[in-house]
Amino acid sequence: MAHSARRDSPELPDLSLLKRLARDQLIYLLEQLPGKKDLFIESDLMSPLDRIANVSTLKQHEVDKLYKVEHKPIVSISDQICFLIRPRIQTVKWICDVVNADKAAGKFRRYKIIFTPQKFYACEAVLEEQGVFGDVTTDEWAFYLLPLDEDIISLELPEFFRDNFLAGDQRWVRTAASALHLLHSLFGPFSKVYGIGRCSKMTYESWREQVEQGEQKARHAEIGNVFLIDRDVDFITPLCSQVVYEGLVDDIFRIKCGCVEFGPEVTSSDKSLKVMLNSQDKVFNEIRNEHFSNVFGFLSQKARNLQTAYDKRRGMDIQQMKTFVSEELKGLKQEHRLLSLHISASESIMKKKTKQDFQELLKTEHCLLEGFEIRECISFIEEHINRQVSMIESLRLLCLLSVTENGLLPKDFKSLKAQYLQSYGADHLLTFSNLKQLGLLVEQQPGETLTVMESKVGKLVNDRTAGKLTDAFSSLAKKSHFRALSRKLNLVPKSDEEYDLRVPRDMAYIFSGAYVPLSCKIIEQVLERDGWTGLEEVTRLINGHEFAVTGADPQSKSDAQRIILVMFLGGCTFSEISALRFLGKEKGYKFIVVTTAITNSSRLLEALLDNNV
Amino acid sequence: MTQLNQQVFSMETEAGPFCLSSLATVTKERRLSGRRKSGLKAARSANGSGSVRFVLRIHTGRTDRQRVSTTTPRSPAHPEAVTSNSGRKTEEQRQVNKMMKSKADEEDYWNSSKYNAFTFDDADDELSALKETKKAVNSIGPLLAEDDEEDWERVSWSGEPVGSISWSVKEMAASNQRADREPAFPKISTETPSLSKSQSGISLSSLFKGKPKGGNLQTFNDVLGDSSLRLYTPELRKPKSEYKDLVSDWSAEETVQRLQQGKGVTLEKFRSLQDKLLLLDLAVAAHDGNAITAVLIYLKRTLCKDVLFRELESRQTALRHFIHYLTESREQRLLLELLRALGRTEEAALLQYKDYKNIADENKRRDFLKSCLSLQFGGEDGNHVQDHYTLLERQIIIEAADRKAEREGKQEVFQKFPRKASILNMPLITTLYYCCFYHYNEPEGTFSSPLNVRQTFKISEKQYFTTALAARAKLKNWADVDAMFNSRNWLGFSKKKSPLSFQRVVDILQKNSAPTRVLQEYVGLVSDAELRIGLAQKHKCHDIVINTYRDMKDRQQLAEYRKKVERGSAEERKIDELLSNQQIRWKN
Repeated sequence: MAHSARRDSPELPDLSLLKRLARDQLIYLLEQLPGKKDLFIESDLMSPLDRIANVSTLKQHEVDKLYKVEHKPIVSISDQICFLIRPRIQTVKWICDVVNADKAAGKFRRYKIIFTPQKFYACEAVLEEQGVFGDVTTDEWAFYLLPLDEDIISLELPEFFRDNFLAGDQRWVRTAASALHLLHSLFGPFSKVYGIGRCSKMTYESWREQVEQGEQKARHAEIGNVFLIDRDVDFITPLCSQVVYEGLVDDIFRIKCGCVEFGPEVTSSDKSLKVMLNSQDKVFNEIRNEHFSNVFGFLSQKARNLQTAYDKRRGMDIQQMKTFVSEELKGLKQEHRLLSLHISASESIMKKKTKQDFQELLKTEHCLLEGFEIRECISFIEEHINRQVSMIESLRLLCLLSVTENGLLPKDFKSLKAQYLQSYGADHLLTFSNLKQLGLLVEQQPGETLTVMESKVGKLVNDRTAGKLTDAFSSLAKKSHFRALSRKLNLVPKSDEEYDLRVPRDMAYIFSGAYVPLSCKIIEQVLERDGWTGLEEVTRLINGHEFAVTGADPQSKSDAQRIILVMFLGGCTFSEISALRFLGKEKGYKFIVVTTAITNSSRLLEALLDNNV
Repeated sequence: MTQLNQQVFSMETEAGPFCLSSLATVTKERRLSGRRKSGLKAARSANGSGSVRFVLRIHTGRTDRQRVSTTTPRSPAHPEAVTSNSGRKTEEQRQVNKMMKSKADEEDYWNSSKYNAFTFDDADDELSALKETKKAVNSIGPLLAEDDEEDWERVSWSGEPVGSISWSVKEMAASNQRADREPAFPKISTETPSLSKSQSGISLSSLFKGKPKGGNLQTFNDVLGDSSLRLYTPELRKPKSEYKDLVSDWSAEETVQRLQQGKGVTLEKFRSLQDKLLLLDLAVAAHDGNAITAVLIYLKRTLCKDVLFRELESRQTALRHFIHYLTESREQRLLLELLRALGRTEEAALLQYKDYKNIADENKRRDFLKSCLSLQFGGEDGNHVQDHYTLLERQIIIEAADRKAEREGKQEVFQKFPRKASILNMPLITTLYYCCFYHYNEPEGTFSSPLNVRQTFKISEKQYFTTALAARAKLKNWADVDAMFNSRNWLGFSKKKSPLSFQRVVDILQKNSAPTRVLQEYVGLVSDAELRIGLAQKHKCHDIVINTYRDMKDRQQLAEYRKKVERGSAEERKIDELLSNQQIRWKN
């Protein structure tokens, strides 16, 4: 991609080990219940499970039938039932109902609950309350880490975000710490840990305790440094529309556990197709980090190369042809398929984006990031709401407005909220309450100094003008944290320069050159400075909780020091991953991203709607 | 913070006593293992984190990992990829330039901004380029014809091959539906032993003594009739220090630590308020939500509400855990009591209001909403709830009347455009749209009149206009649409006016598939010339484009546009006339 890319990037450690670990542990747990059994799987565990095992693995260990947990009476006739679930009170309540129903019917079975990644006391309390404690055995499957690609690991815990940041429940802190501990035991010892955010700090503390309690064998480190970052340090980035290929595919088709389902409009047949998107897909691997505008060019070039490769076979003699067929043909055919698939996907993306006035939407986003023509942005958002265009999209723009402007003016807030409720339903009162609690969508509080100024000026002019002045003053006085951060860290590149997206010069390329993602910029700065020195103003604006600690003696020259594990607590986007890959190439690092889940604007906001509790 | 900075975490790298066996041997062992073996493992895994450590030990062996890495193919080294990339660059650049060129003359917002990079708008050119590429790819060699599904599968990216777990569960669901239909008396298992009932009594009294340990295994073993298993119960395998558990003389610190590790504890001995709070504070200090909730459940059981609430008030972290716990376990009443005791009436009001979602019957729901009006909401929320109530009340009336009208078939509009869904519980704007669609011309006095709806809910002019426009356009009632813009000044001249920008008007009309002649009228009213040309080109309103270029005296653009209109069409003739017109003073 970039010319300045360094060629001595270190090799990544082999993460597939994590899959084998998880699989072996699951098999071992299944064997704890000898004999034939039916297995009930929580629906959001199915895709992760698919990545590490398949039906025949389960069958080998005497799993008879597989069911999805559906909170309905069960139809299984097996006398042994195993439940593979997340530790959720409502799921456990359902299991209790199943057990009690069996008891009432005089039916005897053996039950086992496997909680993953861990069990909670609150769940066991339910078992006790419902009178089935002891009838059901429980176990834990410490399946913390699912490698989605050679440089992405997911905890597959989307609820981490809501539980931790909205509800303030720290139940997953230890989980995150245990995940880190596992990585430390396999690929450590780490020599440096940096972090920012409250949850990061707690995770670090909890991990440190586990390290102290456990034993560590001296070994050669494969991952040198770790960076922990809370999602609430940067809400701006996940609220922006993604325009890098992988992010765009996620925004539009929703990548689930590294796999995307392309509908008939892409496959141009009547059935949809599930496709794994990772570095094994050679075509995808080359375009995933590219700005969408480069993707067409790349694909057509690729098509031409392919044609040339096919053409080679003209004029071959039999022997050459034989070699061609046995050595090259298969690869070419595969590439051919991948190519047509990604071309169709791009085509479909173009159609969808054109339909929804993506152009205008991006313009509004960029203006908000730049702090330019805010009035126009507000009226765009207002019209968006008035026309009842996508509920989530409207909410996203409102939040982006609030976070970049440090809150909405009271009268804007009042009017936009009222219109939002009129367009999308009064029940969004609860959504607004959640967004307020999280600080994503708030009303500006008039500053005190301002009031003094106002009253002084107010005496000089009549009432109506005073009202207008208030507006003027508050827009002057509001010192948005984001604006200050943006200036400090140079997040919005100078507007008079052209930005060539084909030759990205910084991480801003992932947002068309309009904005460098805050989260990645912080990581870059801290790594460059080897700590937080000089970033005091930045951390103050972000609300602190930063740390940088040194542990094991760094084997200074080793490659491991240039392998950096970045752990996003609360989720990260594909765009951020692309930005880090870019940064890695520039500076000769390799990043491994560990995230509680892959997120994007829709997932982030959907988690805050109030229809799931 | 500073404290933390100074703190240096120590990671002892001393080699602990390891009883490592390689992964391979463990797997083999597992396969060979009979029940006795698995009993042993049960013992290990039963102590929570112990199971993690167990696995870790197995895998820290270096040789093991190397073996794994050799079996997984790595992607080619990156340096090579980089060079080939840059080699390709010029070619790629040329290609992109070509694709972008035709766009250069199109107006787009980027011109006014710096990001003159890429647009999604007017994707036609790119789309067609893409289509060409696609065609090219599809036409490459007849080899594709030889493709077969199997090959497709073999490349292994068709996500859910037969045999995957998701697939299998889906199959099972399908077969269940079949089974559902069969008369389903519960099958009575012959082997149901009568002791099943009594066994539920084995459940140990104390929750936090909890862990399956002896209790559960025993249940199991009895059933299995394999008493040898009992030899391997966890207690026997544990180091001596852990026996203390049984006599429950753990200190508060130790108890919290055990909670964190997921081990069994007894909290019953913490009886004084002081002890209980100490336990809670220690759990909070450990940042472990699971432990905090565990202590809270105990406190909830052993403290009266007044005391518990009082103590939680000064412990925000614990309080948030408690609120979340009550929310999750759906203990609404206690939660409300708590919020009220804390003076958080606004939250309590919202929580109560939220309950309407559980009421399906519309009349009951309306009555419930009415009862919510007296709650103390914060800010404007009270008004919003009032609106919600008023709206539902009105929807119920409209729904009843319209359902009747539809059934009787007297009103044409319901025959021509049958209602797709009931209007109940729809948002206000959807209701307004509905009223504009079915009840547009009703006098203001009726409940379903759009004007009345607008009045009652204080809908802004712009919002009303937008909705009415969309509804009438959907009906293709262009006369109504036209009438919406008419206003007369005091001299009686009519002039088209709109609270919405004409650009947006065109957009709405176009989305409702208005014909070109209708669109043209409104495109012509867009005041900004650049914008007007853009829209006119997009919607193929040639006259407007031509006239605008003429007015702008832009000969070059006009000549360029000539290429885009149909050969021999009236538009082409018009352009030719203009271009040859000597009287126009072209600027270029």
